[in-house]
Amino acid sequence: MSDFFAMHGYAFYVWSAYAVFAVVLIADALAPVFARRRALRDITARLRRAASRKTS
Amino acid sequence: MNPLVLWFHKLGSPPYFYRFAGRWLPWLYAITLIAAAVGFYGALFTAPADYQQGDSFRIMYVHVPCAWMGLFAYLFMAANGFVALVWRIKLSETLAMASAPVGAAFTFITLVTGSLWGKPTWGTWWTWDARLTSELVLLFLYFGVIGLYHAIEDRRQAARAAAFLALVGIVNLPIVHYSVIWWNTLHQAQTVSLIGPSKIAPSMLWPLLVLAFATHVYFFASVLARSRVALLELESGKDWVRALLPAPEDAHV
Amino acid sequence: MKPGSTSSACLALLRRDLLLVWRRRGDALNPLLFAIIVVALFPFALGPESAVLSRIAAGTIFVAVLLSMLLSLDALFRSDLEDGSLEQLVVSPHPLAMLLGCKIFIHWMTTALPLIVIAPLLAQLLQLPAPVLPVLLAALALATPLLSLIGAVCVALTVGMRRSGMLLTLLVLPLIVPALIFGAGACNAAQNGFAYSAPLLWLAAWLVLASILAPLAAAAALKISLT
Repeated sequence: MSDFFAMHGYAFYVWSAYAVFAVVLIADALAPVFARRRALRDITARLRRAASRKTS
Repeated sequence: MNPLVLWFHKLGSPPYFYRFAGRWLPWLYAITLIAAAVGFYGALFTAPADYQQGDSFRIMYVHVPCAWMGLFAYLFMAANGFVALVWRIKLSETLAMASAPVGAAFTFITLVTGSLWGKPTWGTWWTWDARLTSELVLLFLYFGVIGLYHAIEDRRQAARAAAFLALVGIVNLPIVHYSVIWWNTLHQAQTVSLIGPSKIAPSMLWPLLVLAFATHVYFFASVLARSRVALLELESGKDWVRALLPAPEDAHV
Repeated sequence: MKPGSTSSACLALLRRDLLLVWRRRGDALNPLLFAIIVVALFPFALGPESAVLSRIAAGTIFVAVLLSMLLSLDALFRSDLEDGSLEQLVVSPHPLAMLLGCKIFIHWMTTALPLIVIAPLLAQLLQLPAPVLPVLLAALALATPLLSLIGAVCVALTVGMRRSGMLLTLLVLPLIVPALIFGAGACNAAQNGFAYSAPLLWLAAWLVLASILAPLAAAAALKISLT
């Protein structure tokens, strides 16, 4: 088992590569989630401001 | 009307596309995760170690699918860009601009994992051979497209300008692909062919193909997710977007 | 020459652009000074040892010329955009690609040609071996118009942006890398005694292709940017 994690000496290179793959793609998958929340928040705020301007 | 053509036209409507993408996204993510799990199992456990490179060759299973996706994403972006410029289809503008960051991410992973693979096998983190140089140029092209898209105020004009730039840069794609054939490169020539036998052992090949499939599905998932958000921002004044908002505190409309 | 014909329009545009540059001929010196200063920085940074300098001379001169041209690319359309004549060009009945070709030619002539003229001076500053100089001049003569043409397409995409300097560089550099590789490669081949005609012929081929396609692409890009 420890041989597997050590990748017969190449552990640093192999696991770093897999880590970069995972980290970058997870960041790419999460970006639209946060962007969507931000967009909905911004649109709500903008509508609220426009509505208050009309009533004021 | 032909149902396929009808469906195609329906997709051009932002609220329909938003719902369509929303329905498919969970499935696409699920398929990606399952395929990735199967592929990684094969990559790390069942594939035998390379006789020359030992276990370091397992980096191939993340490096090569991302390399393929970096090129595929650019083609997808340029094709949609072409449709956007010629036929002014709004959905194509959105899809093209959504695929740029994903393609850039894949290209970045390709360069970093390639560097990590090169150090133990070639003895160097980097070399300026034709394949690596053209891949780096590809990353800069992606940055240029993204930068130009964000620099212009009007979103539709920005998408068209960035799409035009993407088309100008498409000459780099054959250079990246054929660089290992046209020049003497440190990077190895291709061993996997679409037509004809591949020069790689089958037990090593199948995880690669499964992971290539997984990254393709992921690409479409990511593009759909990003396009959904882009449509929200583009159509923020329309009723269908307003219907999606959380209930307002003041009952005013 | 019929008044109102395309050739008279092109001639008028050429005369106008030359006249405008002549009126601000002091400004035309800036790229030259920039190139000289950049080249002079290298002996300061790397030491005056002539063996070191002559190894990097050709490539450094190429990069310095490239950077000077990049900085002056913005001026291609800026003054015309500000006084409204750019839009007049776009809506004129004459083919926009031809008019842009004339503008690009004048820009190359007033920006790159002086740089090529002082290239021997730059070569001397970096101790470039004398036999390489003709190859350097030929490579510059082929690569600089290529840079003007490709640069014009990118400037057309960013026209009207206020702070487009860095973005313009980001857009142009990936597209100009092959010209740099082949141009400097020809000089390095000549310096090491190898054959140098192949890279120069490649540059010439791309220049011919670009001189047809780039004005058309720049015209399309300008129409996108100005709508």
